[in-house]
Amino acid sequence: MSNPITETPARASILAAPAVPTLGEERKGLTKKEVAADHPTWCPGCGDFSVLALYFKLIEKRKLWHEKITTVAGIGCSSRFPYFVQAHGAHYIHGRALPFASGISLSRPDLHLFVFGGDGDAFSIGGNHVNHTARKNIKMSYLIMDNWVYGLTKKQTSPTSPLGFKSKTDIWGAVDQPINPMKQLISAGATFVARTTTTNVNHLLQMMEQAMDHDGFSVIECFSECVEFYEGAFDASNPRKGGKFELVPETHDVTDEMAAYKLADEPFPGKFGVFYKVNRPTKNALEQNIICKAREKVGAKKDWETLQATFNRLK
Amino acid sequence: MSEATISNPSSGGAPKISKISEAVIRIAGNSQDGIQAIGGFLARLAGRSEQEVMTFMTIPATISGGASIFQVRIGSGEVLSAGDEADVLLAFYQHSYEGHLSSVKKGGMVVYDSDHVTPNPEFEKDYRHIGLPISSRTVEAIGGTAKDKGKNIFTLGLLAKMFDLNVPKIEKLIHERFTGKDESIVKNALAAFHAGYSFSVGHLYETFQFIDAKQKDRPQIVMNGNEALGLGLIAAGVRFGAGYPITPWSDIMELLRRELPKYGGMFIQCEDEIASISMAIGAGYAGKVAVTGSSGPGISLKTEALGWAIMAEVPLIVVDVQRGGPSTGMPTNVEQSDLNIACYGGHGDSPRVVIAPANVEDCFYMAIEAVNIAKKYNVPVIIITDQAIATRIEAFEEPNLEKVCQDISPDLTPVADYKPYDLSTPDGYNPRVVPGTRIMSGKYPIATGLEHDEYGHPTGSPQLHMKMNAKRRKKLQALANEIVPPKVYGPSEGNVLLVGWGSTEGPIREAVDRARAAGDSVSSLHIRHISPLPNGLEEVFAGFNHVFVVEMNDEGLYGYGQLGGLLRSRYCDPKIRGLTKTDGLTFKVKEILDRAKGTIATGIRKL
Repeated sequence: MSNPITETPARASILAAPAVPTLGEERKGLTKKEVAADHPTWCPGCGDFSVLALYFKLIEKRKLWHEKITTVAGIGCSSRFPYFVQAHGAHYIHGRALPFASGISLSRPDLHLFVFGGDGDAFSIGGNHVNHTARKNIKMSYLIMDNWVYGLTKKQTSPTSPLGFKSKTDIWGAVDQPINPMKQLISAGATFVARTTTTNVNHLLQMMEQAMDHDGFSVIECFSECVEFYEGAFDASNPRKGGKFELVPETHDVTDEMAAYKLADEPFPGKFGVFYKVNRPTKNALEQNIICKAREKVGAKKDWETLQATFNRLK
Repeated sequence: MSEATISNPSSGGAPKISKISEAVIRIAGNSQDGIQAIGGFLARLAGRSEQEVMTFMTIPATISGGASIFQVRIGSGEVLSAGDEADVLLAFYQHSYEGHLSSVKKGGMVVYDSDHVTPNPEFEKDYRHIGLPISSRTVEAIGGTAKDKGKNIFTLGLLAKMFDLNVPKIEKLIHERFTGKDESIVKNALAAFHAGYSFSVGHLYETFQFIDAKQKDRPQIVMNGNEALGLGLIAAGVRFGAGYPITPWSDIMELLRRELPKYGGMFIQCEDEIASISMAIGAGYAGKVAVTGSSGPGISLKTEALGWAIMAEVPLIVVDVQRGGPSTGMPTNVEQSDLNIACYGGHGDSPRVVIAPANVEDCFYMAIEAVNIAKKYNVPVIIITDQAIATRIEAFEEPNLEKVCQDISPDLTPVADYKPYDLSTPDGYNPRVVPGTRIMSGKYPIATGLEHDEYGHPTGSPQLHMKMNAKRRKKLQALANEIVPPKVYGPSEGNVLLVGWGSTEGPIREAVDRARAAGDSVSSLHIRHISPLPNGLEEVFAGFNHVFVVEMNDEGLYGYGQLGGLLRSRYCDPKIRGLTKTDGLTFKVKEILDRAKGTIATGIRKL
């Protein structure tokens, strides 16, 4: 046919100068200086700073490489995250970070994939994507910075705002039943569900590490205070503000779904830690399995020969 | 069957054999009668016999039941459309008989199932009637509990006799079609076929024989537009896709889901249209050229994410198999009313590429072209087809797969530095560096929907916004320079130019042939690259007194369809006028010519 556009320019013009290290080399953990990018745009005192600091720490501690880290976010205050990290990253549209990240996860299993977002992204506009990413168990770590309010748009009711919370869209106090994130995540089929808070940094780091090590869709709900529009929301969980921070009891069986629901039903502040964790084959593994079986049948054929076999049946 | 070759029916004696160059056969029944299967067999047989073929079908929007037709035009010469009028109608029911008799050429033949149809004596003078107990004979031939299931294959036997088709080839097709199924199914199918083939002897007073087709250089393959598009994407190296079911796009997603694993790829069925495009963009960001697709309503849902891919400059293929709209509209009918959303859908200034394959073969090659454009220019490419091209079967020369198949895996070689939105490139694009690639400067790119600087970091600078808008525009202007302008079909100067896009190429060309044979000055131009348009079209238009844009959409508030509007805004040429319709069916050659002539003769819209 006429005029197919064929040549794509070579990368030669931007190829690296002399010393390009080979992959597989030993590298030191990246320091905060090496992995920090833009100065965060968050308000002073915002809980999200802790999450960023601990993400840097995680990268350093686990010796993750720049090029292997992919940070993805949707829209919201917390979703500015990728700009502050010196690594490959994407700032996608509101509520759709999970399907976007799923495309990365399924096509590039070699990357460490972290998704950051807020309660609006996760439980309002993107609610159904959380359900389906969980059900499919697509490998990635998802950290939801829950502040119980829409911050970027300046104080409207969020899906996690408690009843009675006064916002610009509920001047008399929120009237809609808030979502229970833990219950929703467990029932959707997430295979790793944990709860933490930015005011306990050691615990937050532990949860991030465990989430990263989980083979599947791992979700952390992390309370992160909006000092501007919902000050003191999580004081009851902060010992420094007179609250109490209680861990999930050691006797809790993380594979017991009913026990996890019970934990999720406790009134705020409830317990912190891993509520639920099971091993179920990931979508990544299931798809690879389909590929392996199909490739076995195809044998040593080149791609064009495989296609030729299909064409031969269309004659 | 062209008039010149048809002979008068003989009376009595052995069936007379007439040589013909082409035939249009319409089979009318209900959707569960398997009439698409007969059409499929005939089309495949034509392909193997080096004949040209084009089919046309309608299906009801219901799951089961409802009237359905399949029309197949087979020719030893060039076949450009499925044919305005049928030479032969095969009617299974009274409603098929009454509803489709008018589509038969005067003097044509009606073969009806006498178990279900009572012919109208009034019509018997205009059409040759042949009544055969198709249902009861099928039951007799197969026996058992199958009832009249298999009457489609019985009918195929009748047609094989009537058109002297190659029986061993059909038997082979039947074997291939039912291979892997219960042996009794093949046996029953062959029994039904032979019952039909032998039954017709003595009942048909005329049989036909196609004159030999010209020898082709390469073998022909036979498929529909959706298959050609899906397989074209595989040849192009696409290894990831995501979608949500919607008619008539679903066939492509089913094909890719089934086939991609063989190539180490995957196609993911998502929870909705937004997730589908997002997943494809995610894979595109990660270094693939991924595909998503839909029809009508689904395309509307995808437009926000499409804007992100344009802003973030991520390659993407979006297939839009158009159907009647707006809203749920006419899901199983053809329309070309998504051109505006394809070209302009979305908020903000969001230039993207839109290409429209003209026939089934073109679906295959344009899929490859789309992938190469997306990868080279880091831009979403919308391949816009329609229900008619998606479902119609054509035979075309087998592509040289060894030559056209390509590997487009990402290059992860480390680079010194990388600006994803480099403003210093002359044409506004540079090769992408994807996750997994080490960047020695230590500065890593962010793909973003916010207006950004050269590294992808957010900016509120009006200067940068203007520069980046210009960058996203400039690269498509560079692409326009690369597109070879389409050739005029017929003389490049004359009275009337018919302009078309997409699936209407065949009937428009046939209209040109017919008009020129009658001494009228008509040429045509088919635009396959809609956005950006090829350069130089204004010079083509200058050669004609009238330019009619033939398209299957509404004439709009101002009297021209969607491509018509685009061409008028681009060329400010008032002689560009619309020739549109929205009856949910493909254009007939006669419709095009009558409408063009009518408009000029009555001078409703004077120059």
